[in-house]
Amino acid sequence: MGTKLNHESLAELREIAARYPQPRSGLLPMLHLVQSVEGRITPEGIEACADVLGISAAEVSGVATFYTMYKRKPVGDYHVGVCTNTLCAVMGGDEIFARLKDHLDVGNDETTADGKVTLEHLECNAACDYAPVMMVNWEFVDNQTPESAVQLVDDLRAGNEVRSTRGPRICTWREAARVLAGFPDGRADEGPSAGPASLVGLGIATERGWSAPDADQTDQADGSTDHPVAEEAHQEAAATADAGTKEAEAAVVEKESPTTETAAEKGDAR
Amino acid sequence: MSSTATGSTDTLTPVLTSGWADERSWTLDAYARRGGYAALDKAFAMGPDAVIEAVKDSGLRGRGGAGFPTGMKWSFIPQDNPNPKYLVVNADESEPGTCKDIPLMMASPHTLVEGVILSSFAIRAHTAFIYIRGEVLHVIRRVQAAVAAAYAAGHLGRDIHGSGYDLDVVVHAGAGAYICGEETALLEGLEGRRGQPRLRPPFPAVAGLYASPTVINNVESISSVPSIIANGAEWFSSMGTEKSKGFGIFSLSGHVQRPGQYEAPLGITLRQLIDLAGGIREGHELKFWTPGGSSTPLLTAEHLDVPLDFEGVGAAGSMLGTRALQLFDETVCVVRAVLRWTEFYKHESCGKCTPCREGTWWLVQTLARLEKGQGSEADLDLLLDQCDNILGRSFCALGDGATSPISSSIKYFREEYLAHLTHGGCPFDPAASTAWSDRTVGATA
Ligand SMILES: Cc1cc2nc3c(=O)[nH]c(=O)nc-3n(C[C@H](O)[C@H](O)[C@H](O)COP(=O)(O)O)c2cc1C
Ligand code: SF4
Ligand code: FES
Repeated sequence: MGTKLNHESLAELREIAARYPQPRSGLLPMLHLVQSVEGRITPEGIEACADVLGISAAEVSGVATFYTMYKRKPVGDYHVGVCTNTLCAVMGGDEIFARLKDHLDVGNDETTADGKVTLEHLECNAACDYAPVMMVNWEFVDNQTPESAVQLVDDLRAGNEVRSTRGPRICTWREAARVLAGFPDGRADEGPSAGPASLVGLGIATERGWSAPDADQTDQADGSTDHPVAEEAHQEAAATADAGTKEAEAAVVEKESPTTETAAEKGDAR
Repeated sequence: MSSTATGSTDTLTPVLTSGWADERSWTLDAYARRGGYAALDKAFAMGPDAVIEAVKDSGLRGRGGAGFPTGMKWSFIPQDNPNPKYLVVNADESEPGTCKDIPLMMASPHTLVEGVILSSFAIRAHTAFIYIRGEVLHVIRRVQAAVAAAYAAGHLGRDIHGSGYDLDVVVHAGAGAYICGEETALLEGLEGRRGQPRLRPPFPAVAGLYASPTVINNVESISSVPSIIANGAEWFSSMGTEKSKGFGIFSLSGHVQRPGQYEAPLGITLRQLIDLAGGIREGHELKFWTPGGSSTPLLTAEHLDVPLDFEGVGAAGSMLGTRALQLFDETVCVVRAVLRWTEFYKHESCGKCTPCREGTWWLVQTLARLEKGQGSEADLDLLLDQCDNILGRSFCALGDGATSPISSSIKYFREEYLAHLTHGGCPFDPAASTAWSDRTVGATA
C-alpha cells in the first residue's frame, strides 16, 4: 500500500515541529497528522516523522506504540468508543458495549466489514456526570442506552448526519485527527456551551440567589473587576437545572437539527 | 477591610462555572462582557512578584489532586536561572471520576487562557503550553479557538496591552495515556517521548521542560487565578476552611438524582451536595463513594458529614483529590467496581518500575479469581500483601493509587468479598445498577 504522505503533508509535519522551542515536542501532534492522512500509523508515516525530526524510526515507533490513540490497524470512518471504566460500566456501559459487539458483529478494537465503524471500549473520558458515555471520533455522546447506541451506529453506517450531544456534527476519524494535529476545522462554534449536567449546580445557585461574596466586602483594592453574571444567563441556567438530566437522554444523537439548538434547550421544551 | 467570613458564605459559590450558561459562553465577546481579561492590566501594574504574593496570600492549593500551595510552587522558580521559564497547564484530566476541567474548557476556555497569561507573567515565562488529553476533540477546538482569539485581540503575543510583556501559548493534544497526567510523565510527552515519569529531584521548578524551570498546574488551579487577581486574595480566602481556602468544582456522578458540577467553598459535605442533587436515586441508598477519583480510598455512608477539604478527607482516611464524587448505591458490587479500576491501573501502568508493572498484574489476577468466587479467604490477605509491596515502593503515585480501592474496600466490605466465595460468584445482578434499571418493571427489588 503506497503512502498518501505527499509534499504538502511533509510541509505540515515541519510546520507542527516549528511550533515548539524544540522540534521533537511536535511528535505527538505529528503522529496525529500521520493518522489523518494515512488512516493509521504506517511505517512510511514513522519514517517521515523521523526524517523531519532527525531521530531514528525506532525512536518514533517507540513513542507511537506507547499511546493508545495511535492505531496500527486501519480505523473505520467512525471510531466508536464505549466507556467501561467503573462508573460508566455499572451505569450500563458494559451492557451497551456487549450489545454493540453483538449488533456489529465485531470484538474490541475491530472494524465492521464495511469499514465504517471501529468499536473500542474506553477508559474514563472525563464525562462521568453523563454516564453511560460514548465517544464517536472523540466527540461526546452522553447518557446512552443500549437502544440509543444501536441507533447511533446504525445512523453512522447509513451515512445519516449525527450530532454530538455536546459538540458539533460528527466528522470522520481522519478529519478529527487533523484537528488534534493542531489544524482547526472551524467547528469550534458548533454545539452548546455546556450540557445540562454541567449546569446543575449553577442553576440551583441561581434559583436560590447564592453566589460568591462580593469583592468589595472582602477587599478594598481598587479597580477590582467583579465578574457579574448577566440576568438572562441566570434564568437560562435555572431552567436547565429544572429540566434535569433525565430528559437529556431523549435529546441524545439528534439528526438534522439546527446547530444552535442545544440538548439542554430540547430538554426544556419537553 | 472586613475580616474573613467563613461560615456566612453561600452553600454554592459559582465563580469558574458562573458564565457557563451564557449565550455562546466560549467566545471572547461573551467573556469580555463578563469583565474578562480585565485582570491583565491590574497584574501588569502590580508586577510579577506581587502577583505571586497575591496567589500565595489567597491560600489557593493545587486543584489537580495533591493540593500543593500554588503561590509557593511559583516562588520556587529560580529567577537567576538563565534558561527560559515555562508554564505547562495540565489538562490531561483522566483520573477516573474526574470531569471538571473538560466542561470548564468547553464552556469557558478564556478563563483558562486569562489564567495562563497571569500565571506566566508571574513566573516570567514567555512560552506556555496547554497539554489537553487527545480524547476530547471539541474541547481542543474550543481552546484552540480561544487562544487564536486572544492573539487577535492582543491578549497574547508581543507587548501585551502595551505592557512590554510577551507570551506565546501552544495548545498540545495528547494521545491517550493516563500516566501523562503525572507531571513529569506529561513533560516527557510534551518533549515527544514515551510518557514515563522522571526521577525527582530535580523538581520541574528547577529542571522541567527542556531541563528549564517549569511550573505545572492543573486547569482549575490556573483558571482560579483571574478571579483572585480581580477580586483580591482576601476575597478568595474568605471562602473555604482554615487550611483549604476558596471554592472548587465538585463533580457528582453515579447513582444520584442530578449528577453534575457543583461549585462550592471547600469544606462542603457530601450530605449537603447529595441534598442539592435531589438525593440518591429513588428507592436506593448510598453504599460507597470516592471523594476524589479512583485513586483516593473509598468512603461509605458513615462519612457523609466529613468536610470535603484537604484536612477533613485526610482525617477520614482518604484524600480530597480532584473532588470527583462517584456515588454507588447498594445495587453495585464493590468487588466488581474495584476489579474494573484495578484493570484500569494495570492497563495504564507505564511499565517503568517493577512494583507497579508486575504488582498491578498480580492484583488483577487475584481479584478476578475472587470475583468469580474462586480462591479462598487467604486471598484477601494476599491482596493486602500485594498492595503493601506496591504502596510506597512505586516510582510514581500511579502505583500507590492502584492500591487505594483495594485496601479501602477490604476494610469496609470484607464480608462482600467473602460472599463471592460462599456464593460461588458475584451475588449481584448487574442489570440493577444501570441507569435504565427502573424500566425493567418489577425485575429488581
Ligand atoms: C497517575 C497520575 C495522574 C495524574 N493526572 C492528573 C491530571 O489528569 N490532571 C492534573 O491536573 N493532575 C494530575 N496529576 C497530578 C499532577 O502530577 C500534578 O500534581 C498536578 O498537575 C499539579 O497541579 P496543581 O498543583 O495545580 O494541582 C496526576 C498524578 C498522577 C500520579
Ligand atoms: S508506578 Fe507505575 S506508572 Fe508510575 S513509574 Fe512505576 S510503572 Fe510507571
Ligand atoms: S467513568 Fe465513564 S466517563 Fe468517567
